[in-house]
Amino acid sequence: MNADAGRAAGRTLPLWEVFVRGKRGLNHVHVGSLHAADGEMALRNARDLYTRRNEGVSIWVVPSAAIVASSPDEKDPFFAPSGDKVYRHPTFYDIPGHVPHM
Amino acid sequence: MTATAAEAGLAGQFERTIARDARIEPRDWMPEKFRATMIRQIAQHAHSEIIGMQPEGNWITRAPSLRRKAILLAKVQDEAGHGLYLYSACETLGADRGDLTERLISGRQKYSSIFNYPALTFADVGVIGWLVDGAAICNQVPLCRCSYGPYARAMIRICKEESFHQRQGYELLMTMMSGTAGQRAMVQDAVDRWWWPSLMMFGPPDAQSANTAQSMAWKIKRHSNDELRQRFVDMTVPQAEALGVTLPDPGLRWNAERGAYDFGEVAWAEMKQVVAGNGPCNAERVARRKAAHEAGGWVRDAAAAHAAKQAARQETRAVS
Repeated sequence: MNADAGRAAGRTLPLWEVFVRGKRGLNHVHVGSLHAADGEMALRNARDLYTRRNEGVSIWVVPSAAIVASSPDEKDPFFAPSGDKVYRHPTFYDIPGHVPHM
Repeated sequence: MTATAAEAGLAGQFERTIARDARIEPRDWMPEKFRATMIRQIAQHAHSEIIGMQPEGNWITRAPSLRRKAILLAKVQDEAGHGLYLYSACETLGADRGDLTERLISGRQKYSSIFNYPALTFADVGVIGWLVDGAAICNQVPLCRCSYGPYARAMIRICKEESFHQRQGYELLMTMMSGTAGQRAMVQDAVDRWWWPSLMMFGPPDAQSANTAQSMAWKIKRHSNDELRQRFVDMTVPQAEALGVTLPDPGLRWNAERGAYDFGEVAWAEMKQVVAGNGPCNAERVARRKAAHEAGGWVRDAAAAHAAKQAARQETRAVS
């Protein structure tokens, strides 16, 4: 999508997804999107749009077209491998109550 | 499975998600009418924020002090930000940003009628913050629980910021009310002009509201127009008393039986006229937005040309 920027003249600029790290120690979290011609402009716009009140210490911008997402239609089969493996959870195992620190 | 059976299954899933108060997210299947309703509502809301920059924007260069100017500048910048959060939410439904702008400046999509009234004095800046943003908060707080995820999340951000808008307006009015008789009269005059249009912001009476029932069933809307209007009146009366202004409604009085204020009938005929495009500033607001969009065209073109040049250079470097 970025490479298409030149052809976007006169039309809408490409769409970017914005991720903000709220403070040190936290992951970047998706906050929304914006339009910009390139990455640098997207970063500046993201700063003005999503961090006007110290909401972030770091910003990522990603061309929306670069995001690969799972589809909700394939929800059941796609997430099935984790659904039937209850033994991955600590509560699967019975430990007598008198055993400490488990 | 036939196409209709598959559709029925998806519709069932959609209804169950709504029923258990979970959010519909962008890639979920949704009825076309839900999508269209959401696009229309979010777009109108976004347009309102963008047009809403104009009545107060006119006062930035004429603010009476550097403090007031900095506050007003930040407030108007927030309105732009709110518009952009909402356009972003609208685009998750497949709407195109260029198309939305086009619909606004060609008059095919509406925005809140309140912004078709002029801001005549600096007291209007205070009253807009207090009453117009106050009414907006009343409308928007329940939207933070709207069934469409991106819209609800945008509303959470917006509501946090609106609180500053309302408080700066009220503080401005308190300052003016402690000034000269002329300043107090200016505040009262602004209240007289903005009170009824603020009540119109909640939309037509429930009996005449075409979209309410479906929007409530889909949990887009959580309260009816009349409920929210009543809530706003009840919240605002004590604020007016504390400020020392009179709300211009002879029918306004406490009803102990209902535990709420009775108030007069809104001039619905006037509201219809303003919605139809015959308000004091309709043409001016759209013309200004159109001119700003067109005047900014060369900036978008230049940014796109620069990005294309940089991308081409990088490509050449990669090849050689």
